[in-house]
Amino acid sequence: MARNNEIPEVNAGSMADIAFLLLIFFLVTATIQTDMGLNRKLPSKEPTPPILVNERNILRIVLNKNDQLMVESEIMGIDELRATAISFLDNGGAAQRAQEPCNYCKGTNDPASSDNPSRAIISLSSDREATYGTYVMVQNELTAAYNTLRNREAQRLFHQDFVEMERQYFDPQTDKAAKKKLMENILAIRELFPMQLSEAETKQIQ
Amino acid sequence: MGNFRRNKKKLPAISTASLPDIVFMLLFFFMTVTTIKNTPILVDNNLPKADQIKKLEMKERVIEIYVGKPTEELSKVLGSEPKIQLDDRLAHVNEVAPYVLSEIAKRPDAIRNTMTVSLKVDKKVKMGIVSDIKEELRKVNLLKVNYTTFEGNQLSQLQ
Repeated sequence: MARNNEIPEVNAGSMADIAFLLLIFFLVTATIQTDMGLNRKLPSKEPTPPILVNERNILRIVLNKNDQLMVESEIMGIDELRATAISFLDNGGAAQRAQEPCNYCKGTNDPASSDNPSRAIISLSSDREATYGTYVMVQNELTAAYNTLRNREAQRLFHQDFVEMERQYFDPQTDKAAKKKLMENILAIRELFPMQLSEAETKQIQ
Repeated sequence: MGNFRRNKKKLPAISTASLPDIVFMLLFFFMTVTTIKNTPILVDNNLPKADQIKKLEMKERVIEIYVGKPTEELSKVLGSEPKIQLDDRLAHVNEVAPYVLSEIAKRPDAIRNTMTVSLKVDKKVKMGIVSDIKEELRKVNLLKVNYTTFEGNQLSQLQ
């Protein structure tokens, strides 16, 4: 009995430390998956009748196997692409021809560039040997161009950024009524600057 | 002073015995909540960076396809050509369509039309294989794709 009394109490104080260590280990190792990216819609396989598009309404972007960018027959750095795309989309050249004028465009009304954002098409063709990283960069710049213009219009009409509107729409915490209203606004903006990105099948460019 | 010391002696020590319990509770909470993806990634997966990105909501509506060079150990056997990883195996391009369809079949009817394919492609991969995959997806009429990226300023990776 006397001996029993001499056994010291097991110190549980360090238990917390051990548990904390485990906790921190799990916090650090459990990497949350990155699930963010650029959304795109592929064209349907259904054959569609070819549409005649005026050459001035197309911005041709070519990405070659050395990851060089050619926009409308000119070599261009990727950092200039955004501004080029914006000025192409926002051109509103139809003002010169008095048909379907674009009354919200703030571009230069260059008659050799796009008539109206609703007609402007960006055509991107990339070589099979181009790297995916560059391709995503190009896609990102084009998205940025659209977002900039859409933000501008959304600010003008609804005093809110377009990107913010979309974020709120996809936020599960937004309630239904607000979502409906947001969707209307989003569609209105998308109408003004529809994303028309045509991707020809990647090919081996000689 | 004497009074003070006597008071102090009477105060019971705060028991910290329940602290481990609290921490363990937190630990179990984190262990259960964080889903560690147990499909091993067999390919290099250094995603490109982009900043005009949107979050992919609702995991159950996402099918993932990895593309990249096989990892170092595997590349000794398989070479360094980029490979496609579906689930936990490496596959050929023409296996993409059947795989995607079988994944869709596992989901409830209501969400089958809203499925998105998340393409997790290494940034060094050539476009050829990516466009082959996109062509396969078009064949099965699965048109929503997401080029999954890391968040960041992409122009900084130019150098």
